[in-house]
Formats: sequence, C-alpha cells, structure tokens
Amino acid sequence: MQISEIREQIIAGLSQARPDVQNIGGQTRIVQDLELDSVAVMDFILSVEDRFDISIPLDRVADIVTVDDLVHVVERLGNAERA
Amino acid sequence: MSIFDKFDHLRHTYESFGSGSHNPFTVSFDRIESATEGVINGRRVILLGTNNYLGLTFDPHSIEEAVRAVQTLGTGTTGSRVANGSYAGHGALESDLAKFFRRRHCMVFSTGYQANLGMLSTIVGRGDHLILDSDSHASIYDGARLGHAEVIRFRHSDPDDLYKRLRRLKDAPGSKLIVAEGIYSMLGDVAPLREIAAIKREMGAYLMVDEAHSMGVLGEHGRGLAEATGVEADVDFIVGTFSKSLGSVGGFCVSDLDGFDVLRVACRPYMFTASLPPSIIASTRSALQRLDNDKHLRTQLMDNAKQLHNGLHDLGLEVGPHISPVVSVALDEPEVAVRFWSALVEGGIYLNLALPPATPSSRPLLRASVSAAHSPAQIQKAVELFAKIAYELGVLRSEPAPRLHSLAANAA
Repeated sequence: MQISEIREQIIAGLSQARPDVQNIGGQTRIVQDLELDSVAVMDFILSVEDRFDISIPLDRVADIVTVDDLVHVVERLGNAERA
Repeated sequence: MSIFDKFDHLRHTYESFGSGSHNPFTVSFDRIESATEGVINGRRVILLGTNNYLGLTFDPHSIEEAVRAVQTLGTGTTGSRVANGSYAGHGALESDLAKFFRRRHCMVFSTGYQANLGMLSTIVGRGDHLILDSDSHASIYDGARLGHAEVIRFRHSDPDDLYKRLRRLKDAPGSKLIVAEGIYSMLGDVAPLREIAAIKREMGAYLMVDEAHSMGVLGEHGRGLAEATGVEADVDFIVGTFSKSLGSVGGFCVSDLDGFDVLRVACRPYMFTASLPPSIIASTRSALQRLDNDKHLRTQLMDNAKQLHNGLHDLGLEVGPHISPVVSVALDEPEVAVRFWSALVEGGIYLNLALPPATPSSRPLLRASVSAAHSPAQIQKAVELFAKIAYELGVLRSEPAPRLHSLAANAA
C-alpha cells in the first residue's frame, strides 16, 4: 500500500474521532493537537492495527507523536508482514 | 521552572478535589474498627472498597501468629533473600502456596506489584513476545516495560483478537507469553479463560494468569479462574497477591515448569529488594490455611456480591457484566462521580473513585469491593444510600419499575 493511501486512511479515522477538528495532516500531533486522552489513543491504535492487519509493539507506539510518525510505522510493519 | 513542571496537568486535577477527606486521593482513616468498618474524619463508615474479599484482616489466628512471629523473629529481615538469606517462613510459605495450587514451584515476592514486575520482565526477553490484554493492570504493563520482549496488546477479553495477533506472529521466532487476569480490577469482569487457553494450545504459546482478585474467590477450592474454568493444566504461570483475600501484603508466582528456580538469581525485582517480614509471612500462612479450609467464606462472599450487584442493577445503575466481588457503577461525568463519591462517604459508605484515563472506556467509576465479612444489612444500607444519592444528583430520574423477581419475591 502506498504511503499516501495509508496517510489518507489514518486521517479519515482521526477525523471520525474528532469531527470538530479541521485540517488534520501529516504534521498534526495526535495527543497534543487532537486532545485525545490515552485511552482514546490506545483505542485508535487498536483500530489502525485492525485496518492494516498489523500489531504495533508498545515501544513503537511510545515514539509516535505526529500522524506521519504513525503512517511510517504502519508502512514499515505492513511491508515486514508481506516480506 | 521546576523539575515538577511536567506534572502540571496532574497537579491541577489532584488539587481540584480539595484537601483531606473530600479528596478521594488523600483519604486517611482515623481508625479501622474491623474488616468492614472504619472511621474517616470522625465519621464511622462501612468499608466497601478495600479488596478484603474474605475479611481476614482481623482473623484472630492470623493475628496471633503474626504477634508470635514478631516477638520471636523481630520486626523485619533487613535484607534480600539472595544477599542476606531467607528465613524458614519464606520457604514454608512457598511450599504452602505450591501445595495449595498443586504446583511444584513457587516464588514469593515482597508485593503483588513486584510479582508481575519480576515475572514479566524476566521470563520473556529480547526476541520473545508478550501479548497483553489491553485492560491489564499497571503492574503488568510496567513489568512489560522493564523487560526486553516485544509487547503487543489484544482487545480486552477478546479471544478472536488474541488469535489474530498470535497468527500474525506465527512464524516469528522466540517464546510467546499471553497474559490475562482472573477478575479485572476495575469492572470485576472475568476473562474468557477457556477460549484463551484453547488458543494458547493451538498456537504453542505460554499462558500467565494473574489471579490477584480471583484467588480465594473463584473455583471450588479458591484457586481462582483457572480452577473455575477447568484449564489449570494450560496455565503455565499463576501470579497473585497476599494483599486481597489473604489480608496482608506480598505476591507470588507458582508454576510446574522445569527450571523455574533459576529465576531466583535472574529476577531483579525478587533479588534487589528486602524480603517480607516474619509477621507478614506468619499471618499470610495462617490466612491461606483458613482460605483452604473454610469454603463458607467463598459462598458468603458470592452471596454478598450478588446482593450488591443485583441491588444496584435493579435500581437502574450501570454495573459490570459479571457478578463478582468487584462491583463498579459507571457514570458519565467525572464531576458527578466526585460528588457522588463524597456523598457516599458523608452518608457512611467508603468505596473507591476511579477516574479516566485510569478506567476502561474513559468513564468514571464508583468501585466497590465486597467482603465475606459484610452483613446483608451493611450491603442493604449501601444500596439504599446509592439510590438516595443517585436520585438527588439526577443520575436516576424516576423510581424504578419493580423487577419481575422482586414481584415474585413479594408474592411469595
């Protein structure tokens, strides 16, 4: 899957969680800018894992700040699964 | 600029509750009168939030044994078992626990938290995989963080999701350890252990069950959910605590796996901490004996749990999905939950307030834990006070319609 496609799907998911926030993009910070609490973030990550059929290890979740950080983790894990 | 600036958001929440007995996080008991009664700020309260499931904190024999131990062996061991030596009681308690759980090996830790911290950070390492329930207790998450295994989560009590995640790891090298809890501490719900055990078998993983809230509570002999669901043979490690049904403090892990004892020199949270004092070992051994011999405690406990769970459910309050000694009422607004909690304490009922994000589903909870030592009258008082406050705060809007079983009871 192309990185732009992954980004598009993740942004669509975040827009569902925060329909009131406009212009979510690659540089949007998931916790600070979208004001999601830790439970909401964890639920969102679970839904991303389902969507892309991957498991994101918790140490990598800890490093994710922006939407693009998440996009890159999904892309790498997705490629690793297919390899 | 202070080193504590990073905690500003926490301080704001903490201070917003005020001080003293009005702050759910700074409650201090003036006195503890019994397993079910105490005094907060001069007010006598029923203790309905202490995890004292079997009510053994004032068990006369356990107190006698603790007193004798402190008089003959002193107040503390002043060192770790590895560096400073064990007392005979440490080994005796391990042997008691192994026998109780019908396992060959047992290690005792200084707290239940350390049992999870120690086991999870040690038995899986780099290249291994830990698969945790997403609603796991903090001690499980912290143990996972202390170790070097790759950690993934499955959706809470969802065997299909667990299966999916193990399938993705099918060809990955390394050991895979699944971790579940017998009774989850926030909502009192019970893990689907039979299904989890079947997946464990099929996928060739190991399984650890934390029976902290289910030891002495579930199973014919009180061995927890693994016994109650008939899957003890599939559970490779059981961890638990002495600070709930056994009324003291400490933790343990039992197992049948060969080579288990090497953990005594590999597990840092076991090695680098002071061992439990003789009085604790003595009261815990006595309480375990009582737990083993007195089945009535478990039936009384479950009767009390049913009374509270059904009583609150029949009022129209939202309680957890299973009847267990942890009975939590979910509310919508944290502010209402705080007022509800304060009114309960004012009215003579002490229980726990759990606020998001420390709760599942981001909802505040009023968390009660029932004891075998509660009388039906104490539970009834709690239900009545819940009803009164729920109507006053508008959590319940109209008197509930009588339920079928209440009508049947009245007709009888």
